[in-house]
Amino acid sequence: MNRPELILPILTFLPAIGAIALLVLRSDDFKFIRGMALVVATAEFLFSLLLIPRVPIGSSGYTLYLNVPWITSPPIHFHMGVDGLSIFLVILTTLLTPVSILASWNSIQHRVKEFFIALLMLEVGVVGVFFSLDLFLFFLFWEIMLIPMALLIGIWGHERRIYAAVKFVLYTMAGSILMLVGILWLYNATGSFDLVEIQQALQKGDFVLPAQTEMLLFLAFFVAFAIKVPLFPLHTWLPDAHVEAPTAGSVILAGVLLKMGTYGMMRFCLPLFPLASRKAAPYVAVLAVIGIIYGALVAMVQPNLKKLVAYSSVSHLGFVVLGIFSFNAIALQGAVYQMLAHGITTGALFLLVGMLYDRRHTFEIKQYGGLATPMPRLSAFFLFVALASLGLPLLNGFVGEYLILLGTYIVHWQWAAWASTGVILSACYLLWSYQRVFFGEITVEKNKTLPDASERERFILAIMSIVILWMGIGSAFLTRRTATATDTIRKSMQRQQWPEEAIVPVAPPAAHTPAIAAGTGSIITVERSGNR
Amino acid sequence: MPELIWCGFGVLLMLLQSLTKNRPALTTVAFIGAAAGTAASIFGTRYPGPGFLGLIQQDPFSFFFHLLLGSVAALVILGSEPYLTRERLEGAEFFALILFATAGMGVLASAQELLTAFIGLEMSSIASYVLAGYRRDTLKSSESSLKYFLLGSFATAFFLYGIALVYGASGSTILTNMGQIDDAQMPLMKLGLALILIGLGFKVAIAPFQIWTPDVYEGAPTPVTALFAAGPKAAAFALLLRIFATVPAATHYWFWAFWILAVLTMFAGNLGALVQSNLKRLLAYSSIAHAGYILVAFAAVTGMTSSDTATIFSGVPAYAAVLFYLLSYALVKVGAFTIVSQLGGKDEKYITLEDYAGLSQRHPIAAAALSLFLLSLLGLPVTAGFFGKFYIFKAAVNSNLIWLAVLMAVNSIIGAYYYLKVIVAMYMREPAEDFASTAPIAFPATVNMVLAVTAIGTVYFGLFPNQVLRLLLEKTLIGGLK
Repeated sequence: MNRPELILPILTFLPAIGAIALLVLRSDDFKFIRGMALVVATAEFLFSLLLIPRVPIGSSGYTLYLNVPWITSPPIHFHMGVDGLSIFLVILTTLLTPVSILASWNSIQHRVKEFFIALLMLEVGVVGVFFSLDLFLFFLFWEIMLIPMALLIGIWGHERRIYAAVKFVLYTMAGSILMLVGILWLYNATGSFDLVEIQQALQKGDFVLPAQTEMLLFLAFFVAFAIKVPLFPLHTWLPDAHVEAPTAGSVILAGVLLKMGTYGMMRFCLPLFPLASRKAAPYVAVLAVIGIIYGALVAMVQPNLKKLVAYSSVSHLGFVVLGIFSFNAIALQGAVYQMLAHGITTGALFLLVGMLYDRRHTFEIKQYGGLATPMPRLSAFFLFVALASLGLPLLNGFVGEYLILLGTYIVHWQWAAWASTGVILSACYLLWSYQRVFFGEITVEKNKTLPDASERERFILAIMSIVILWMGIGSAFLTRRTATATDTIRKSMQRQQWPEEAIVPVAPPAAHTPAIAAGTGSIITVERSGNR
Repeated sequence: MPELIWCGFGVLLMLLQSLTKNRPALTTVAFIGAAAGTAASIFGTRYPGPGFLGLIQQDPFSFFFHLLLGSVAALVILGSEPYLTRERLEGAEFFALILFATAGMGVLASAQELLTAFIGLEMSSIASYVLAGYRRDTLKSSESSLKYFLLGSFATAFFLYGIALVYGASGSTILTNMGQIDDAQMPLMKLGLALILIGLGFKVAIAPFQIWTPDVYEGAPTPVTALFAAGPKAAAFALLLRIFATVPAATHYWFWAFWILAVLTMFAGNLGALVQSNLKRLLAYSSIAHAGYILVAFAAVTGMTSSDTATIFSGVPAYAAVLFYLLSYALVKVGAFTIVSQLGGKDEKYITLEDYAGLSQRHPIAAAALSLFLLSLLGLPVTAGFFGKFYIFKAAVNSNLIWLAVLMAVNSIIGAYYYLKVIVAMYMREPAEDFASTAPIAFPATVNMVLAVTAIGTVYFGLFPNQVLRLLLEKTLIGGLK
């Protein structure tokens, strides 16, 4: 291909083309619709793999970008780019979309066409968000993605679906409109919507934001992202949305939508408002730690299996936020990795819960018990994924949590100490719920004859399990590519005119180097100078 | 002169009525009239400048509004034809009144002199009063008409008093001659302008002069409501813009007035809409809220002159934002009310939220189009409403009105709730039983045309606002303003 940067818009809009095709084609033949959606999504996934050679190891900045003027006044560009930070999030999205199409193969029976259109449009919004380098464009995709998600929850969800859908939209919108004001304010100050331009101007010191302005701007962006993540006091929409959403919706929601928040923090909050980020870091970290522990504790007492997984997301995403706001190279690496790992494992957990629901139409743990006897395969997969989620070494959950805790420990050992209780708690609630669902006596008569995982389900779960295992063993493949990106973020937090009081000197304890080397080979390629 | 053409066709229709009862023919004539006036305004751009001894101003600014008003009138005429048939109402008078009202609004938008503006205001108002009560035999329609008439008369009286005071202060009623005013006359001038603001504020439904809006909008025949929501509002805002951008005494003194009015109006509209279950009333309250958003831009216009360097980065000046907003808003409101009038059924029975439950299954196209319009009102991307709101936000932030922008953001979220309520009803609820059995009614071709134009316009301006904006920027700057 002569112009490789065209991959970006094609990747973004390919699902949209698929959706339009579905819209105009016949709507009565469900098999055809499903097949078509699956083909489009699979093609999209294979296509997104082409990005990997375009982001070579050790390259910094956007190795592939497209910048076309769109609106002249104010200057808004169709500016897209990909770097080590966004590439795997995009691939995660394109992987989870065909998987969730497969997962909803039989469970969606009414308004089939609309369902797959919504799913594909959702993919457009999410991929667009990860590619956008223009603040305006970013906002655009950020908002576009709301509608299909709300429809997914509201139309194909469970009993309280409408409440959950409206709550989801209002929460997200509350944050994003404030972000729009922030974007405009930033534009007003800098005269540009272009992230790269603004970043360079700020870094060179071409202009300096007053401390108070920077703080307000930081908050405008941060609150929008924190709602999406969701960070502790803003998380209440998440359990509702998850419990009511159909399986595919939950998978995408947990797998990628939540990552948009943490991605936004890394892409925008830290590089654009470093001073404010540093000032806010202690508070954010406290909230993140509260989120970790609170999410885990609530998950432990949940009688509802899907809610349990939802609260475990709150807990796991707390780790990511903690990693981001410790501003340490290792922790940032871990945050990126944990975002990907969580996307896969929690996605898989929601798939499994969805499969149980397909059989029994309930999420109540009490209704299950002893399922290992009628469905040994499904329970084996469940155990595997649960172990990955609680951070068993060699599986993917371990790497992210380990790196985050390690990096945070270097900066603030207290934070890491509190956060690590979350790891223990996650083992408790996952294993305990596993025991209650799959072991023991079969108390409900119906459960004795439940069918084991079908071929389609085994196929989906096998894919997820392979990815989990591969990410756990071959983590270097990912970390080597994300390393420079996270490093760039850290470097971009430096200003030429750096106020004295902002520097928090923390000596990196040298004793940890061997541990990292032993842990995951490649991390030492990152300059490990701790904080500055 | 588009106004003359509109009036001429109005008279022609009245005459034709005695000759023929053929409604399609009358509709065609009315549509041609509205379109011809619009075309004339395009032709008129070749001869810019003041006309009729400086009473009116033929400039790109008035051109824009003529185009907008003419298109609205044409769309309303197209969309109302099936409605009139269904309700067994006379066609010719109805269309003639619409054309007269449009002519009045056209005068209002191009008036350069206050008495001319008053005539335009009266022309459009009187026609509107009649239109509001056009469904004579319905109680609600009569109530709507009477209420509109009484309150409207008060408002025009205020307007007239205002003109008198301004004349007393400046010795002229021509806007461009009001540049130099003695300090001694200043209080009188301000009082006069305040009264004018009240008079026009009534027309555009600014709080606290908005009380009439929901009742009148609800009672009036729905196609008329579409006209009310789009036409008089745009025209009155045009005059307000002209006054408050050309008269120096009217500019920066009014910043706080607009600030407060904007906040009041936004909250009054949005909080009122929250509890509505009648779709017409809901849209009425939403149009109050939207008047508030436009006032935010006014605050930005007036705030800009006082702040010095904030304008450097302003790619889109605040009044261009107002014009673009009015354009997007008019498109959406005409489209939305056309759908409401179609789905209303005989005697406008089905206009509550419950009647819209499950609409996506009964009538997918209507549901999709209405969702598009509501999303545009809500200000979601890829619709014209998004850019409208975006530019107003930007104008506000440009003028350092951060708090006003934040309040507007808060209001947008409140607004999101009730727009979503409608979409939720259409897509996520099951239809009521008496609907489930009836087969979907197909829309007449004329209605489909209206919907196509408004929907495509909404999406087009949502994707490529460039061209219109460039036109607005280049032309309105050089033209009558500034």
